Amino acid sequence: MGSAGRFLTRTRGRGRLHWTDWLTYGYLVLGIFLMFGPVIWLVFSSFKTDAELDRFPPRFLPYAQQTVSLDGYDKPLPLFRVTGGDLEGEVVAQVRRIGLTAQVVRPDAPGEVIKIARGERVPVERVRLATENYRDLFERFDFMRYFWNSTFITLVATAITLLVNSMAAFALSKYQFRGRAVVMALVIGVLMVPQSVVLVPLFMVTREFGMLDSLWGVIIPGAATPTGVFLLRQYMLTIPDEILDAARMDKASEWKIFWRIILPLSAPAIAVLAILSIMWRWNDFLWPLIALSRSENYTLQLALNSFQGEMHTQWSSLLAMTVLTLLPVALVFAFLQKYIATGIASTGGK
Amino acid sequence: MLLRLISPLMNLIDLPMQFLQRRFGITRLAWVFLLPNLLLFGTFAFLPILLNFAYAFTGTDKILLMERSFVGTENFVQLLDCDNYLDPNTCVRDLFWRSVHNTAWFIVLQVGFMVGLSLLTALVLNRKIRARGFFRAVFFFPVLLSPVVVALIWKWVLQRNGILNAGLEAVGLESVVWMLDRHWAFFWSVFLSVWAHMGFYTLILLAGLQAIPRDVYEAAVMDAANPWRTFRRITLPLLMPTMLVVLVLALIKGVQTFDEVYAFSGGGPGSATTLIIQYIYETGFAGAPRLFGPAAAASLLLALLLVVLTGVQLWITRRSSNG
Repeated sequence: MGSAGRFLTRTRGRGRLHWTDWLTYGYLVLGIFLMFGPVIWLVFSSFKTDAELDRFPPRFLPYAQQTVSLDGYDKPLPLFRVTGGDLEGEVVAQVRRIGLTAQVVRPDAPGEVIKIARGERVPVERVRLATENYRDLFERFDFMRYFWNSTFITLVATAITLLVNSMAAFALSKYQFRGRAVVMALVIGVLMVPQSVVLVPLFMVTREFGMLDSLWGVIIPGAATPTGVFLLRQYMLTIPDEILDAARMDKASEWKIFWRIILPLSAPAIAVLAILSIMWRWNDFLWPLIALSRSENYTLQLALNSFQGEMHTQWSSLLAMTVLTLLPVALVFAFLQKYIATGIASTGGK
Repeated sequence: MLLRLISPLMNLIDLPMQFLQRRFGITRLAWVFLLPNLLLFGTFAFLPILLNFAYAFTGTDKILLMERSFVGTENFVQLLDCDNYLDPNTCVRDLFWRSVHNTAWFIVLQVGFMVGLSLLTALVLNRKIRARGFFRAVFFFPVLLSPVVVALIWKWVLQRNGILNAGLEAVGLESVVWMLDRHWAFFWSVFLSVWAHMGFYTLILLAGLQAIPRDVYEAAVMDAANPWRTFRRITLPLLMPTMLVVLVLALIKGVQTFDEVYAFSGGGPGSATTLIIQYIYETGFAGAPRLFGPAAAASLLLALLLVVLTGVQLWITRRSSNG
């Protein structure tokens, strides 16, 4: 028990690695493997051809069969290495396959068709990124539309959230007025009852506003967040009131005080809320699932979910789309890791 | 650049605001600042809360309240009508109780593993290790992934010809069709949910650990207290408030789980991984006759639970920030 305790509490200094240090690093390495592994596997897989994706057991690197374009054939022909018979060792291009035999040609003599046994050939492969998976997304699926829908919702909703929440936070932190306690209690009330338990009436209200099945129906209902009001209010409380009084002496209007003084001073808190809001909106799923029904209004998340439901959709496109959906988040995270971590820790996530 | 775009707009708002300021005075201007937020809260939060009661006590598949017929407590009676609450098959709304059972098991396992693993991870990250920032990021980044992406990542790992099965066969075990087995599907639903959210709680616990003053430990070393004792008598008690917050937060989020599990398993096989929110969604929005009444009634029951849990959370945070 003593040693387990040492592991749990002591932080070792310099010098030789204690066995508890080995345990610690073992845990961390396992962590890397479990947390990063699946994501890296996904990214690698998204560059594989359909044939390679079907392969079991899978290979790590994206191999693809080499092809060759020959005179007299419309499509590029797949290359095989012959493993038996007269042509053993030669590389040939397959024209067609009939039952157990394959019709092949030598690349340097495309006119002469030779028959070989199907079992006596292996595909010639090399590592190749199947970028067509990604190209397909833009050509065959309406990827840009979903991307645009998600981006539009995220940006507009975040702008509205920031403005509306900061105004409310300003009022709640810098004015003494009757009913302030009541308003704060109401904000807590909203915090207690999340969107997910008032879906039916929310659906009706949104419908009455004519916003159902439009991007605004996703943007507006969640635009005023109780978390945002809390976060900004707590921060604004730390701004000394003397600054406001000085500005009032100079005959600054209240709106100017809010917009020229309080907002710039609250920039760190606003940045945190902006990041949170962008994250919530980009990843939002349940409410868009209910509010949007035509596929042209789908966000990336909805499109991704509906594609995986259709049985005939190949994994190749699905994986590429998953990677593209993940990409903006990964970029934002890489640059703003510190803000995100503090932001989430200080608000309790939502 | 962005600022230059917004600036004229803000100056434009200044004119009517100055007028309002002269008209009402400075103090009452607070209400003007509050107005947009309160309007949105009122329309899309409070009104729905009130209307939810109305829907819960009315029937038919009409969405407009005027067209719905009052059915009294009928929706609740049906939801709660069970011969044996432990066996969903004996209930009138068997799928509801199935989802309640699933959710109960789900939160017991998910919250348990989540709190345990985040505590372990936080303790490890709190040790003197190299590249702490990097390792913190490793455990944290899944928090940012969208639920659908999380679901697809694991679906791909777990698919029939997936890498996990390849690994199993490589060590001589048989591959498993994970998603067709109700117990495995449930296990992986819990697993991916812990995987996705663990980093968030780790972060909170790490902050809690780092807030424990160093000199308490130094005093313990002076008294030659053994490390296990130090952990039990100092670290754990001082971390308790944070642990409680984490526990309640995890509970609140756990009972609302929907996105990642729905995208991952669709609630199946059968109804093995159908959770309460999915029941509400499917009853109210995905089924052929849209049963808004039962959906609203189930929502109301869930909301009650959440209000209690959030109340506890607020009480804990207030107590720990005051003391």
